[in-house]
Amino acid sequence: MDWQALALTLKLATVTTVILLAVSVPLAAILVLGRSRWLAAVEALAALPLVLPPTVLGFFLLVLLGPRTSFGRAITSLLGHPLAFSFSGLVVGSVIYSLPFAVQPLVAGFSAVEPALVDAARLLGASRVRLVRTILVPLASRSLIAAAVLSFLHTMGEFGVVLMLGGDIPGATRTLSIVLYNQVENFDYAAANRTAAILLALSAFALAAIYLSGRPRGGRRA
Amino acid sequence: MLEIALDARRGSFHLHVECRFTSDWTVIFGPSGAGKSTLLRFLAGLDLSAPSRPQQARIALDGHLLTDTSSGLSLKPGHRQTSMVAQQSALFPHLSVAANVAYGLHHLDRASRQSRVAEMLDLVDAASLIDRRPRDLSGGEAQRVALARALAPKPRLLLLDEPLSALDGAASDALLVRLQSWATEHRAQTVLATHDATDALATGAEVALLHEGRLTAIGPAAEVLANERTRLAQRLSLEPN
Repeated sequence: MDWQALALTLKLATVTTVILLAVSVPLAAILVLGRSRWLAAVEALAALPLVLPPTVLGFFLLVLLGPRTSFGRAITSLLGHPLAFSFSGLVVGSVIYSLPFAVQPLVAGFSAVEPALVDAARLLGASRVRLVRTILVPLASRSLIAAAVLSFLHTMGEFGVVLMLGGDIPGATRTLSIVLYNQVENFDYAAANRTAAILLALSAFALAAIYLSGRPRGGRRA
Repeated sequence: MLEIALDARRGSFHLHVECRFTSDWTVIFGPSGAGKSTLLRFLAGLDLSAPSRPQQARIALDGHLLTDTSSGLSLKPGHRQTSMVAQQSALFPHLSVAANVAYGLHHLDRASRQSRVAEMLDLVDAASLIDRRPRDLSGGEAQRVALARALAPKPRLLLLDEPLSALDGAASDALLVRLQSWATEHRAQTVLATHDATDALATGAEVALLHEGRLTAIGPAAEVLANERTRLAQRLSLEPN
């Protein structure tokens, strides 16, 4: 078992999830509460990683963050090292790749909050930030949990973006998905089975936790 | 004094209201679908942005403009010193009764907030509900709490959209009397929308008759609702003892 890869994968998924929640809660709130005609374009852009092949996204990011673009050169001079083939680069790629998995449950959850409650809070003088913090987020707490779990799991199992953007550097960019790929390439099916089982168990456990937390006691039709 | 000049279309419905409410307590009386709720929502500053924006709107309270589409002015709902209570109490389900009533009082310190919450709950005869959750309240109790929440920030304009529909007649009348006295004491201009003639007559205030989006009459309740009064009297005289 590659414990270093497991630890790196968990670290990547945790950091990505925290950043995604910090970005997605305000973004989802703007998409739900805002009235600008441009929001449809923003929502489509946020959903793009759902339909974009991961390798394509990884390639674009590799080019964007590399020395060929002025943006990549600026980032490199700012950080002192290139983002590509580093843990920080993986985080950037993961955040973009998993963005729809955080934004979409939150948009659905915020949209489900009764408009009368939003109106009441606005009439009582709540700013947008207070409205989101005290009304939308608490009332859509299950969507927040779903967003966190889906982002975490999606990052755990990510392969295409990681391989393109991070390569296979032990301790820096080698995640469990890369380890699994290497094990299969080397015909080490016993080890591949163990790695796959860990990824499967983590996914099943997290999904069970989501569904159990959302199920009323006594069943849905009680 | 509340001045309203409003022209709004929603599909085939056309709301066109131009009037001045000079009384501190005005009842907008009209059947369901007359446009009462739509008018109150515009007064509250809700539905003033696209796509439900009215074609023309000028709303002023005591000479201060709240909305003026010609100059692009539209104060946000929370900046109009306006409270609204609708038929649906819209209490925040995850907060206690006390936290609901305190929601609009974030500018006050803790002690003042607590004292105002107790005062408002006492006013609507709901002091015993202070620690309850909205899910544990009856419809009438929820409406009392919603009223307390709306009154707590001491609004200059109080909009009531059939707010006592879940209360029985006697309780509703008693609460109306308390509300009127509170509004007079705190100089809150109140607009009550109702389709119930007894509610409209009970307050004895200025009544505006709204029919299919147009104000057809405005004046003292006894005059404007003379027909309704006769109809109610006839109905009561026909009731078997």
